[in-house]
Amino acid sequence: MRRLREGDEIVRLVTFLFAAFVVLVTLLLIFELWVGSALPRHKFGFHFFVTSVWDPISDQFGALPFIYGTVVTAGISLILAVPLGIGAAIFLAELAPARVSDVLQFFIDLLAAVPSVIYGVLGVFIVIPLMREYIQPALKSSLGFLPLFQGPAYGVGFFTAGVVLAIMVIPYIISVSREVLLSVPRDQREAALALGATRWESTWKVVVPFARTGIMGSIFLALARALGETMAVTMVIGNTPTISASLFSPGYSIAAVIANEFTEATGDIYLQSLIELGLVLFLLTFILNGLARLLIVATSQRGSGMGQA
Amino acid sequence: MTARLRWRKLVSGFMLTMTGVCAVVAVVVLFFILGYLVYHGSTSISWNFFTKLPAPLGETGGGMANAIVGSGKLLLLAALIGVPVGFLGAIYLAEFSGTTVAFIVRYAADLLNGVPSIVIGIFAYILAVLPFKHFSTTAGGLALGLMMIPITLRSTEEFLRAVPRNLREGAMALGASKAKTIATVIVPAAYRGILTAVLLAFARVAGETAPLLFTALGNRYWSPGWNQPTSSLPVMIYNYALSPYEDWHRQAWAAGLVLLGLILVINILARAILARGVSVPRS
Amino acid sequence: MKRIAGLLVAVVLVLAGAGIVWADNPLSINGAGATFPYPMYSKWFDEYHKKIPNVQINYQSIGSGGGIKQVTEGTVDFGASDGPMNDEQLKAFKDKHGFGILHFPTVLGADIPTYNIPGVSVELNFTPEAIAGIFLGRITKWNDPAIAGANSGVKLPANDIVLVHRSDGSGTTYIWTDYLSKVSDDWKNKVGKGASVNWPVGLGGKGNEGVAGLIKQTPNSFGYIELIYAIQNNMLYGRVKNSSGAFIKADLASVTAAAAGAAKDMPADFRVSITNAPGKTAYPISSFTWLLIPEKFSDASKRDAIKGFVSWMLTDGQNSAEALSYAKLPKEVVAKEKQALAQVQ
Repeated sequence: MRRLREGDEIVRLVTFLFAAFVVLVTLLLIFELWVGSALPRHKFGFHFFVTSVWDPISDQFGALPFIYGTVVTAGISLILAVPLGIGAAIFLAELAPARVSDVLQFFIDLLAAVPSVIYGVLGVFIVIPLMREYIQPALKSSLGFLPLFQGPAYGVGFFTAGVVLAIMVIPYIISVSREVLLSVPRDQREAALALGATRWESTWKVVVPFARTGIMGSIFLALARALGETMAVTMVIGNTPTISASLFSPGYSIAAVIANEFTEATGDIYLQSLIELGLVLFLLTFILNGLARLLIVATSQRGSGMGQA
Repeated sequence: MTARLRWRKLVSGFMLTMTGVCAVVAVVVLFFILGYLVYHGSTSISWNFFTKLPAPLGETGGGMANAIVGSGKLLLLAALIGVPVGFLGAIYLAEFSGTTVAFIVRYAADLLNGVPSIVIGIFAYILAVLPFKHFSTTAGGLALGLMMIPITLRSTEEFLRAVPRNLREGAMALGASKAKTIATVIVPAAYRGILTAVLLAFARVAGETAPLLFTALGNRYWSPGWNQPTSSLPVMIYNYALSPYEDWHRQAWAAGLVLLGLILVINILARAILARGVSVPRS
Repeated sequence: MKRIAGLLVAVVLVLAGAGIVWADNPLSINGAGATFPYPMYSKWFDEYHKKIPNVQINYQSIGSGGGIKQVTEGTVDFGASDGPMNDEQLKAFKDKHGFGILHFPTVLGADIPTYNIPGVSVELNFTPEAIAGIFLGRITKWNDPAIAGANSGVKLPANDIVLVHRSDGSGTTYIWTDYLSKVSDDWKNKVGKGASVNWPVGLGGKGNEGVAGLIKQTPNSFGYIELIYAIQNNMLYGRVKNSSGAFIKADLASVTAAAAGAAKDMPADFRVSITNAPGKTAYPISSFTWLLIPEKFSDASKRDAIKGFVSWMLTDGQNSAEALSYAKLPKEVVAKEKQALAQVQ
C-alpha cells in the first residue's frame, strides 16, 4: 500500500516535524558554539591550543592547561577503571551463574544512575581526606622518586579527580563489556576448552579477543563520559590552571572552568574563549562517541555473522 | 599432571578469582556510597528539610522545600519537551521514514546525547536566558529536556521496531489506516518499553547539575510561575557541600539521599516494568 | 486515543494552574553578585521580606564578577560587587542599555588572612611583604623568616604553605589584590588587581564559602576571606601591619577607622578604595561593598521596591550590620546616598 490515506499524511507530517526538530536543534547547537566563539578563534587562532596563560585582566586566553587537565584526569580514570571493569565483566559474563550475574549487573546499573554531584560530594568528604592523609603520603614515600608522585599532598588534584572519575565510569565499561562477552558464541569457548585450554586461557585468549572491538567501544564510551564530566571534577580537582608532571598537583579541566567562570566572564573575548573551550570539548566527545559506536556495532555484527558459519 | 599444566591451572584459578574480586569491588563501592549517604542523610532529614525555605547564611533551621518543588517543576518541563519530541520522532523513524532520513535523525540524536551537560547549559543560556533577559525555570527545563530527547527517541524507536510484523499486517489486513494501526496496535504493544525509556531518561536528567548553573540559577524563595530563577536539589547540594557550615553539610547529605532515592526508585521501577515481560508473545 | 487526549488536557490544565497560582503573588526581584557581603544581604533580604511580604528579593551569591556581568546583560535586576566597576565596564553597561548604572555602598567589611596550621592556635602577625611573598609563590614554608620575624615566640612548623584563593571572579579578590598592588610593586607588575587574576600559585575555592571550606579542611593552608566567614566558622585569622606600622586585627573599630578618611572625600559615584588607608588604628584590607543599580527601570513596581529596600537599608538595615561584624556606613556617606537614590528612575 504505497499511497497513504489523508489521516496518515497528517500523522506523517507531524511526526516528521518532531524528528526534524531533533536534527535542527543539534545543528543549531553546533552553529551557536561556532558563532559564539568567533572572537578568540580569529584573535588567537591555533595558538589557543598551545598557550597556557589564562589571564582575564590582559585578555590573554590559552586552552592548554584545561586540555591537559581534562586528558590527564580522563587518562587516570581509564587506567584505573579499565582493568577493574573488564575483570568484573569477565566474571559476570563467564563465571557467575546467570542469576548472580543479572543481580550484580542490576546493582552496577544503579551505580551508573548516581548523579555526578553526589560523586562530587563523596569526593569532597571521603576521597580528599583519604588522599591527603593516607594514599598520597604512602605513594610519595614508596614511589616518590617518580616525578608523578612528587609535590605536596593537598588532597585535591589530578589524581583525586581521576579516582572519582574511575568510579563513575566503571559501570559503563562493565555493562557494555559484559553484553559483548555474552554475545560471543558458545562454540568459540568450547573449541578452546576442547583443545585443552584452562578456563582462564579460553577466556583471555579466545573469548576476550573475539569481543575486543566491543570492549574497546565501551572504553571509548567511558572516556567520553570522563571527558565531559563537570561537577564531580570541579569539586575535587583544585581549580588551578596548571600543567604539572605530578599527579598530586591541583589542576583544571575544560568542563570545570566553564562551570566556574561562565556566569562572570565580563568582556566578550573572555566569554567567547569559554565558549570555544566548550566547542573543543564537544568535538572531543563527538569523535570519541562516534568511534565507540562504530566499534560496538562492528562487534555485534561480527558476532552474529560468525555464529551461523 | 605435568608441572606446566599445574601452573596453568593455578594461573587460571588465580585470574578468575581476581575477576571476582573486581566485580565485588564494583558492587562494594555502590553499597558504600548508598550506605554513607543513608547514614549521613537520614540523620539530617527532618520535617524542616521538606517544609522550610533556606535560612539566612549562618542560621540553622532552614530547609529545601523550594528546591524540591523547583526540581519538580524543572523535570515536568523537561518531560514536556523531551517526551513528545522523542516519542513522536521515534514513530516517524519506525513507521514512516526512509533509510537516509532515519540515519540522519539517529546520528543527530546520538550527537546530542554525547554533548557534555555543561555545553548544553551554554546552549540553553544563549537560547533561553540572554534573549529574554532572565534566568528562569523555562531555561532550565529546556536544557534538561534537550538532554532527554535522544534517550527517549532511540529507546522508543527500538521498542516500536520490536513489535512483530504479524501484528502490523493483521491490522492493515483488517483495513486500518496507518495512523490507526500505530495508535491502537503498535504503541500499546510497545508501551512497556516506551515507559521504561521515559523513566530512564527522567532519572538521568533528575540529577543533572551543570546545565542548571546558568539557566535556572537559584532562588532563596519560592519561584513564582515559570520565568523566574528557581532552586533545585542538585544545585543546592553543590553549593551546600562546598560551604564551611556544618548545618549546610547536613542538609546537603539529606538532599543527596532524597535525590538518589528518587533516582534509584525510578530506575528500579523502570526495570521492573520491562522485566514483566514482553506484552505481546512472539510467535 | 481518547486516553492520550484526556491526559494531555489534564497536563495542560495542571500547568496553567501552576502558572496562575504561582505567577502573580509576590513581586520577585533578582539580584546576583558578591559573596563578601552575602551573610549581611541574606539577613537583610529576609528581614525586608518579613516587613514587606509582597516583595521577595532573591539574591544569588555567584561572585562580584558574576554580579557585574549579569546586571550588564540584564538577566538580573541589580548586581552587587566589592570591586567597583571600572570605567570600561561602566561604558559597556551604558553602551548596552543607553543609560548608566549607579553604585550604592551598603556596608564596610574586611578581607582577613586566615590559616589552618597544625599546632598553631594563636593569632599571627603578617607584614605586607610576607603576604605578597606568599602569594607570589616566593615564600613557601610556614617557618620562613619573613613570617617568623613578625611572630617571635610562636613555633611555626617547616611545612609547605597550601595557598587557597578564589576560583571565581570575586570582589573579595579585588580588594585583596588591590591591597597587594599598593604594598608590593612586584605584585602590581606581575599580577595586578582584579576580580579574576592569573594567580602564580594556589588552589581555587568557589566563593568565600568554598575558600573557607577548603582552608578548614586542609592543614597548612592559608587564604583570604571576608571577616564574618572566619567568625562564623571559628577560624583563626591574623593581624596585618598597616601603613603606620602597627599590627591591626580586623574588627568593627579598625574597619570604621579605615573608612574615616574616605567618608569626607567620597566621590559622587561612590567608587573609592580604602585599602592601606592612613590612620594608626586602621585595618589595611578594608573595603566598602556596593549594590549596582541601573539608573532606569522599565518596571515601575520593581524600581519602587528596590528604592524602598535601599532606603530601608540605609536606615533600619544599618542597625543589624554590627551583629554580623560588618561596619556601618559613615553618616556622611548615608546622607549622600539618600540624595543619589533620587537618580534612579
